[in-house]
Amino acid sequence: MGYEFVALSLPPIVIGMLAAMACALPGNFLLLRRQSLIGDAISHVVLPGIVVAFLITGVISTIPMMFGAAAAALVAVVLIEAIRRLGKVEPGAAMGVVFTAMFAGGVLLLEQSDTSGVHLDVEHALYGNLESLIWLDAVGWSSLADPAALSGLPPELLRMALALLVVAGLTWLFWRPLKLSTFDEGFARSVGLPTGLIGLGIVVMAALAAVAAFDAVGSIIVIAMFICPPAAARLMTNRLESQIGWSMVFACLSAIIGYVLAGYGPMWIGAAASVSAAGMIATVSGLILAITALFAPHRRA
Amino acid sequence: MTAVELATDNGQMVSENLTGSPLALRGVTVSYGSEPVVFSVDMTIEAGTMTAIIGPNGAGKSTLLKAALGIIKPLAGRVTTWGGSLDSQRARIAYVPQRASIDWDFPTQVRDVVMMGLFRELGLLRRVRAKHHAKVMECLTRVGMQDFADRQIGQLSGGQQQRVFLARALAQEADLYLLDEPFAGVDAATEAAIITVLKELRNEGKTVVAVHHDLSTVEDYFDRVFLINRRRMGEGSVEAAFTQDALHATYGGRLGDGLIARAG
Repeated sequence: MGYEFVALSLPPIVIGMLAAMACALPGNFLLLRRQSLIGDAISHVVLPGIVVAFLITGVISTIPMMFGAAAAALVAVVLIEAIRRLGKVEPGAAMGVVFTAMFAGGVLLLEQSDTSGVHLDVEHALYGNLESLIWLDAVGWSSLADPAALSGLPPELLRMALALLVVAGLTWLFWRPLKLSTFDEGFARSVGLPTGLIGLGIVVMAALAAVAAFDAVGSIIVIAMFICPPAAARLMTNRLESQIGWSMVFACLSAIIGYVLAGYGPMWIGAAASVSAAGMIATVSGLILAITALFAPHRRA
Repeated sequence: MTAVELATDNGQMVSENLTGSPLALRGVTVSYGSEPVVFSVDMTIEAGTMTAIIGPNGAGKSTLLKAALGIIKPLAGRVTTWGGSLDSQRARIAYVPQRASIDWDFPTQVRDVVMMGLFRELGLLRRVRAKHHAKVMECLTRVGMQDFADRQIGQLSGGQQQRVFLARALAQEADLYLLDEPFAGVDAATEAAIITVLKELRNEGKTVVAVHHDLSTVEDYFDRVFLINRRRMGEGSVEAAFTQDALHATYGGRLGDGLIARAG
């Protein structure tokens, strides 16, 4: 059990936790700003950007993917404005059209391009490849202290850890402006805070988390983690600081319980195959939200 | 010192002497779409006074306040504070937004909200010390909310919320206080508490400007009025500017004569 767990289950669980936390952290601010759907939108829009970045550079690497995603976001904004003005369509509908169309375009692009050599295809875009992120150099728990074995960890782990570090570091550094401008934008501006820039910064943080998490865990988890852990956490407390803490707890719980249920759950009930870890993690995060909605201490009347 | 002397002394272009005025607007025009909401407004606030900004709904009162604070960028015109630029004087200005502009469900406590008034002092990372906590409690006590420090803000009544906002403005230790409808939807006790604090501020030499709705209390509460209906309709001391004629001009047919008679 020790060897198998460390080599096959530990890396995906840790990557899942890191991805879940990196997305849930900016998700808290999106939730309080009533912009949760922006997280959803980002994870859709970035797909064509990532594919184009891959087609140009030929490698899956975070920095070109970030630029691709940023360019795609820009195209999305221009398209939304164009549809809204030219078609006189309401903004919500214009957004919905652009996000799904761009995601669909990304899917077509993926299908037509030769990405057979890398982990980039339609299925990965949706539910990642968490189960394949295994650690072949591990011989057991002792490998966690062995530098040679540690260097054989899946690169997604380091990438996700870095993304989480950046998002958490920015949140810590700019905590007061983030809280102030999210609570009371007018007052924040009156004390000289650049509230537009802060709002943009939150979206960029969310995009960073989404792009870094994208090829490891897929967009299903990204979308779920932007919304479910923060929404459940909001029902647990009336303090923003505790809400962030609870959202981290729920993100980790979703990743751990979801992965274990997906990998071992079917076996427990006698079924042969395992189910998608990404799907199960997102489902667990939804169940946590459902439970908090029914029993949490700070449900609103 | 006259304006002319000032210009020669500092080598600056000063069209008129505004250095004494905590807040002066010249030709301020604000537009949300194609039509201006506030059109070419001049306003000069006198130091150490309480001014009510009055006018009908949609007259641009809140917009004017936001333009004065740089929250909305005017299409045209100039805002000066103590003769200088707004950005150089922000530490001396406190703002109380409209209560309805806030999501009171936000997960935060009363003392946190008041602490936000210390943002300019605390900056990004400076530690919150005992003196900051003491300052917060002092401001809460001044508005009679000291027993509610640990309440979630959504659990307060409208009047209590308004008092918390005033406490936050007090924490800013400003010289100029701009309030957007501080008496809207509050109970009588809160209204009395707020006006007491505002008059104290004025008596300490601070300047208070409030968007105000209730014409019947203008004479009791304020020294000066600024009348607006998209354009500047009048400005001056309550005795001189708060007249039947001025109100008729400002409110047009939209205000019952009864209200004006009471105000007159």
